[in-house]
Amino acid sequence: MVPLSWYLALSATLFTIGGVGVFVKRNVISIFMCIELMLNAVNLTLIAFSSFYREVSGQLFVFIVMVVAASEAAVGLALVIAVFRNRQSLNADDTNLLKL
Amino acid sequence: MLRVIIFAPLIGAITLGLFGKRMSERLIALIACSSIAVSTIAAFAAFAKLLGQPADAAGVRRLSDTLFTWINVGAFRADFAFMLDPLSGVMVLFVTGVGLLIHIFATAYMSGEESYYRFFTYLNLFMFMMLTLVLGDNFLMMFVGWEGVGLCSYLLIGYYFLKDYAGDAAKKAFIVNRIGDFGFALGVMLIFYHFSTISFIDKPGVAGVFTLAATKPIEAVSTTALYAGGLTTIAILLFIGAAGKSAQIPLYVWLPDAMAGPTPVSALIHAATMVTAGVYMVVRSNVLFGKAPMALTIVAVVGALTAFVAATIGIAQWNIKKVLAYSTVSQLGYMFLACGAGAFAPAFFHVVTHAFFKALLFLGSGSVIHAMHHDEDMRNMGGLSKYLKITFFTMGAGTLAIAGFPMLSGFFSKDEILWKVRSSTVLPGSLGTVLWLLGMLTAAITAIYMTRMMVITFFGEERFKNKKHDDHGHGHDDHGHAKDDHGHGSDHGHSLTPHESPIAMTLPLIILAILSVVGGLIGIPEGLAEKFVPHSLHHFTHSFYEFLAPVITTPVIPGNGGEAIAADHSAELVSTILSSIVALVAIGIGYGIFKGKPMLQMPSFLENKYYVDEIYDAVIVNPLKFISTYGLWKFVDGIIIDGTVNGLAKLVNLIGIGFRQLQPGITRLYAAFIFGGAIFVIGWFFLTIIKR
Repeated sequence: MVPLSWYLALSATLFTIGGVGVFVKRNVISIFMCIELMLNAVNLTLIAFSSFYREVSGQLFVFIVMVVAASEAAVGLALVIAVFRNRQSLNADDTNLLKL
Repeated sequence: MLRVIIFAPLIGAITLGLFGKRMSERLIALIACSSIAVSTIAAFAAFAKLLGQPADAAGVRRLSDTLFTWINVGAFRADFAFMLDPLSGVMVLFVTGVGLLIHIFATAYMSGEESYYRFFTYLNLFMFMMLTLVLGDNFLMMFVGWEGVGLCSYLLIGYYFLKDYAGDAAKKAFIVNRIGDFGFALGVMLIFYHFSTISFIDKPGVAGVFTLAATKPIEAVSTTALYAGGLTTIAILLFIGAAGKSAQIPLYVWLPDAMAGPTPVSALIHAATMVTAGVYMVVRSNVLFGKAPMALTIVAVVGALTAFVAATIGIAQWNIKKVLAYSTVSQLGYMFLACGAGAFAPAFFHVVTHAFFKALLFLGSGSVIHAMHHDEDMRNMGGLSKYLKITFFTMGAGTLAIAGFPMLSGFFSKDEILWKVRSSTVLPGSLGTVLWLLGMLTAAITAIYMTRMMVITFFGEERFKNKKHDDHGHGHDDHGHAKDDHGHGSDHGHSLTPHESPIAMTLPLIILAILSVVGGLIGIPEGLAEKFVPHSLHHFTHSFYEFLAPVITTPVIPGNGGEAIAADHSAELVSTILSSIVALVAIGIGYGIFKGKPMLQMPSFLENKYYVDEIYDAVIVNPLKFISTYGLWKFVDGIIIDGTVNGLAKLVNLIGIGFRQLQPGITRLYAAFIFGGAIFVIGWFFLTIIKR
C-alpha cells in the first residue's frame, strides 16, 4: 500500500503551489485555476483519509466541496467578465481604483 | 434722595443711546440738558438740606443714601451708597452746574454733527459716572466712577473715530489712565489690608477708614517708608492713581493729545471735572496723607515740577487748545503742590475756581474755533476782538483770573496756595520756600502764556484774511466735520469773516465769566481779610474754609519751622503783594512782547514738549511692541502654540500615511493578507488544540 503520509504530502504540496499561485499570478484566469488547485488538493486529503480509515463521510464531504467549487467558479467567471468589460484587461494589478 | 442727582443723567444717557438715532436735534438737546438740569436742581436742593443738617459726633454734617448692600464678603463690605458731606457737596454743585452750562454750549457747538445723539449719550453717561465718583461713600464706589469717567473720556476723545489721531489719542488716554488705576487699586487693597474697611464713613459696627487712620501715628520722613507697606505706601499708591487721572508727571502725556476730541469735551472732562477727580480723591483722603509726610513731600515736588514744566511747554504751543491743555496740567500741578504742603482746603478751592475759569477758557476757545470754521491754529487768527466781542471779554476775564489778577477768583486761590506752601507745616526744611519760589515763577509764566494766547488770537493783524478760502481751515489738529456745510449756505465765496456765536454758546460764557470774577470772594485768606475786609463780612469771605473745616485736617509735623512762618502775618502780606506784582508784570510783559511780535517762535524743544512722547516711545512703547511682536506673537504664539497644534495635526497625518499602506489598491496584496490572516487564525487554533 502507498503510505498515507505520501498522499498528505502530495496534497500539501499541491495546496501550497495553489496558494502561492493565487497571489503571484497576474492573470485572473490563472488565479482561478490556482484556487481550483487548492480546492482539489483539499479533496485529495479528504479522499485519502476516507480510504485509509474506511470512513464514507470523507467522500461525502468531497461532493460538497465540489459543489462549492463549481458554483464559485461560475460566479467568479461572471465577475471576471464584468471587470473585463470595465477595465479591458485581465491583469489583476489593473483593478486598483480603490487605493488611498 | 441723592440718587436723583446720579441717576437723572443715566436715564438721559440710556434714552438717548437707545432712541436718539431717530430723534431731532432739538429733542436730543432737550433731553440731554434737562437730565443734567434735574441733576443740578437736585444737587442744590440736597446742598440746602445739608446746610440745615445737624452735625454728627465728629462735627460733620452729612446726608446719606444707601441703595443696597453690594458686596458683603467676610470683613469686606461695600455698599452701593452715596454720601453728601461738605466736600462732596461743593464738588457736586460745580460738577452739575458747570456740566449744565457746557451741555447747553455743546447743543449749539455740535449742531450739524452726524451722530449728534451719540455725543450727548456719552456726555450724559460721563456725568453719571462723575457723580458716582464724587458721591460714592466708599473707595469701591469711587473706583467705579473713576473707571467710568475713564471710559467716557475714551469714548468722547475718540468721538471722531474716523480720524486716526482721534482714536490714537483716545487709546493713549485710556491706557495711561489705566497705569494710574493700577496704583489706585493697589492702594485700595492695602487700605483694606490695614483697616479691614474701605468706607469713608463710620457704618454701624465698623469705623470708617479715616476715623481709623486718624488714630495711627505719623510715619517717618524716609524713603523706606515708601515701600514699607504702611500709610506712606498707601498714600503714594493713591497718588499714582491721581497722577494718572489728573495728568501729573509722568502720566500727563494723554491730556494734550486728548484735545483731539470736541471742545465741549475738553472743557468738561479735561478742565473742570474728570481731571480734578484725582485732586478730589487726595483731598478726601487728607487724613491718610497727613500721616505720611514723605508721601506729601513727593506729592508737592511732583506737583510743583509738573506745574512748571507744563507752563514752559504751554508758552510754545500754536494750537489754542493745546495751550489750554498744558495750562490745565500746570494748574493741576498747583493743586497737588498745595495738597503736598498740607493745604488741602486751598487746593480744593483752586479746584473750584479752576473749574470756572478753565471751563470758561475752553468754551471761549470753542467759540473762537467755531468762528474760525474749526481752525485751531493761532497763527491763522488775530484781530478777532472786533468780531467776537462777547467771547473776547469773557475769555479776557478768564485769562485775568488764571493769571492771578488781584481780586479775581484765581488770585485768591492761587495766592493762598503759594502762601500755604511757603508756610507749610509739613514740608521738611526750606523745601517750602523753594517750592514757593518755583510756584511764583510758574505763575509768571502762566500769566505770560495766557496773555500771549489772548494777544495772538484777539489782537493785531487779521491773519485769517491771508488764508486762501478753499483751505477751509484745516489746521494742524482739525477734526473732521461730518457734514461739510457749516450752515453758511452754499456761499463758499466769502472770505471767512468770523461771526459771534449764538446765544446758547455765549450765555454759558457770560455766566462762567461772572463766576470767575466773583467766585473767589467766599475764600479770601484770613491774613488779607483781617486787613481789608470789614469785620461784618468776615463770616462770608471765610465761608468756604469754614464749611470744609470738619472734613479736612491740616497735618502738622512738629518741628519743621512752618508754624513760625505761618504766624507771621506780615510775611503773608509780602507774599500776596509779590504775587500780585508778579501777575501784573507778567501780563504786561506778555502783552508787550506778543503785541508787537505775535509770530515769535519759542525754542523748538519747548514746542516739541521736551520730546517726552518721543522718549516714552523709544524707552517704553517700542520695546514693549518689540517684545510683543517677536517674543510673544512670533515665538510663543507662532512657534510654541501653533507648533503644538500643527504638530499634533502632522502626527495624525503621519499615522494616516502609515495606515495608508494597507490599502494600495493592489488586489493580489489583499489576497495575500487574507491568506496570511487565515493561516494565522488556523495556526493559532491548531496550537491551542495541541496544548489541550
